Amino acid sequence: MKASITFGKVTNFLGLGFFSTLKNLFTGKLEKEDFKVLLRKTIVPLASIVLFIGLWHLGAKSLYNIEAKFKIEKALKDQGQTAADALKVCIASGESTCQPNTLPSPAQVWESYKSLLRDHHIISSDKAAFIEKTAVLNAKRIAAGKAAITYTGRPSFVDQIFRSLQTVFAGFLLALLIAVPLGIFIGLSPTLKSAFNWFIQIFKPVSPVVWYLLVFMIVKTLLIDSNEDSSFTISFISVGFCSMWATLVNTAMGVSTVDKDYINVAKVLKLGTFQKIFKVVLPSSLPLIFTGLKITLSVAWMVLIAIELLAQSPGLGLFVWEEFQNGANDSNAKIIVAMFVIGIIGFLLDRLMLTIQNWVSFDKTDAI
Amino acid sequence: MRTIIEQKIPKIITKSTPFPSNEVMLDLKNLKKVYPTPKGDYVVLEDLNLQIKKEEFVTIIGHSGCGKTTMLSMIAGLNPISGGNISVLGKHIRGPGPDRGVIFQSPSLMPWMTSLQNVLLGVNQVFPDATKSQRNTIAKYYLQKVGLEDSFHKKASELSQGMQQRVGIARAFAIKPKVLLLDEPFGMLDSLTRGELQDILIEIWNKEKITAVMITHDVDEAIFLADRVVMMTSGPRAKIGDILDINFERPRTRKSVLEHDDYYTYRKHLIDFLEH
Repeated sequence: MKASITFGKVTNFLGLGFFSTLKNLFTGKLEKEDFKVLLRKTIVPLASIVLFIGLWHLGAKSLYNIEAKFKIEKALKDQGQTAADALKVCIASGESTCQPNTLPSPAQVWESYKSLLRDHHIISSDKAAFIEKTAVLNAKRIAAGKAAITYTGRPSFVDQIFRSLQTVFAGFLLALLIAVPLGIFIGLSPTLKSAFNWFIQIFKPVSPVVWYLLVFMIVKTLLIDSNEDSSFTISFISVGFCSMWATLVNTAMGVSTVDKDYINVAKVLKLGTFQKIFKVVLPSSLPLIFTGLKITLSVAWMVLIAIELLAQSPGLGLFVWEEFQNGANDSNAKIIVAMFVIGIIGFLLDRLMLTIQNWVSFDKTDAI
Repeated sequence: MRTIIEQKIPKIITKSTPFPSNEVMLDLKNLKKVYPTPKGDYVVLEDLNLQIKKEEFVTIIGHSGCGKTTMLSMIAGLNPISGGNISVLGKHIRGPGPDRGVIFQSPSLMPWMTSLQNVLLGVNQVFPDATKSQRNTIAKYYLQKVGLEDSFHKKASELSQGMQQRVGIARAFAIKPKVLLLDEPFGMLDSLTRGELQDILIEIWNKEKITAVMITHDVDEAIFLADRVVMMTSGPRAKIGDILDINFERPRTRKSVLEHDDYYTYRKHLIDFLEH
């Protein structure tokens, strides 16, 4: 009993409340009146997932047929009957060289997912072997004051995910460190507000691509003497600049609209500026600041893919781009795998922020 | 435990020197408030003169919108003065300060703080030289006085409206102001809670005797709490219409007040004024 309460609390807290109903179903503790809730919260979403996969499958199949028909007709027109027949046989046999290149089916995507995981296991065992092999040598090199030999092999899909997460968190941190303090100052001072307003209004809608180019121009010059690869620096700074606006605007708004009663209390008690900010203004604007941070994180994750692609910085964006350029038989399926991974991670990041928000915010009803 | 705390308190916080008892604590002279509007100036208050003696409890009644709250927030220093002046112990006030404690209409507690932290916010500010445990003792003493000894560590947002206003009372008394300003502090409460809080307020006040100015809409409340009831004329250009001395002995109880012969005379006087 106690375990189920905590389970329910945890899942509700994480915004995954439907799990607890699902769990009740399996443990046989389902009440009759719970059935409607179960239907709405569990069965309907599951059914819609099944429907989605079914439609996808049918759509992919018909696209596949259109593409195959076109290929065969083209072969017939260009090379004659024999070539067309040979192609027909080849397509039917499932031979990978002659498959029509179109939207992959759910099954193909699942296969690609498994192959990417296999690939990851191979690469990581390779990497582990390499590290083991070079351990002694590296110890000697370090003792001699030389740089250690590092693994320079191809990163696996999972490595790319972690690299992307690193970039997004670095960018998010940058956005937080710039936007929150700046937002507080802007919110506190009407003068600063009018000084910064045009700046915010003009730069907020600028596209991630342009931000990337701007950051590229500046960072390239600043790091002109460095031999290091600057693509990571450029991409995380661009991500930060693209995504900080929501936090900036929300923080400024939160700070400038603190309940007048609280401000009056601070005035009557003659709190100093520092105390006023940290004891009154900031706590009361936390819900809005967090709403801003939540938007910032999801925007950061969304623009990250485009920016990694432009910056040639390792990560999911580059993975997608390389697969697209690659044009191998399972490339399309890998792109769709990446799409799902991006979506799921985006969702989890959003939940993470919601959890932190629920945890720090005084107003438990405010978080959506 | 309770007695220990009660003995400790006065040593820490009674710093004040004795006064001659008729001294004027709060003095409003030719007070004026004007709001400029596109159609010309709107005069809320004009030629308002009022002197409040030390250890006096004054209630102010008048119709809604007559400028009572404007006047109180001017005394608190939260609203700029358009003309005339306000002085506390002969010194003109400049802006808000903890020498004039305010109990607001809405409890105005920081909802993310516990009741103790809310009281400490003021105490820390006013007694910077006291040790941490002394400040804690002061805050806890006043919270206990308003009957919240079990709720020191409850978040303000978890308390009922009435309990929140108790914290508001504790916070105001704990900073030991020279003048206590109360802006319809019980206006938002149901009548039962209202009565309880009036009793709590008068009980603490009897002990502390802090000069108090309180706005109210409630005629019975005005009589029960006050030494003088100030009646304000309706705005614009509101001023003091009449002042009624309430000569009940202190400490008073609700019962003794209600049974007193003069009670209905006072009550009639106030209602006649308001109905004109």
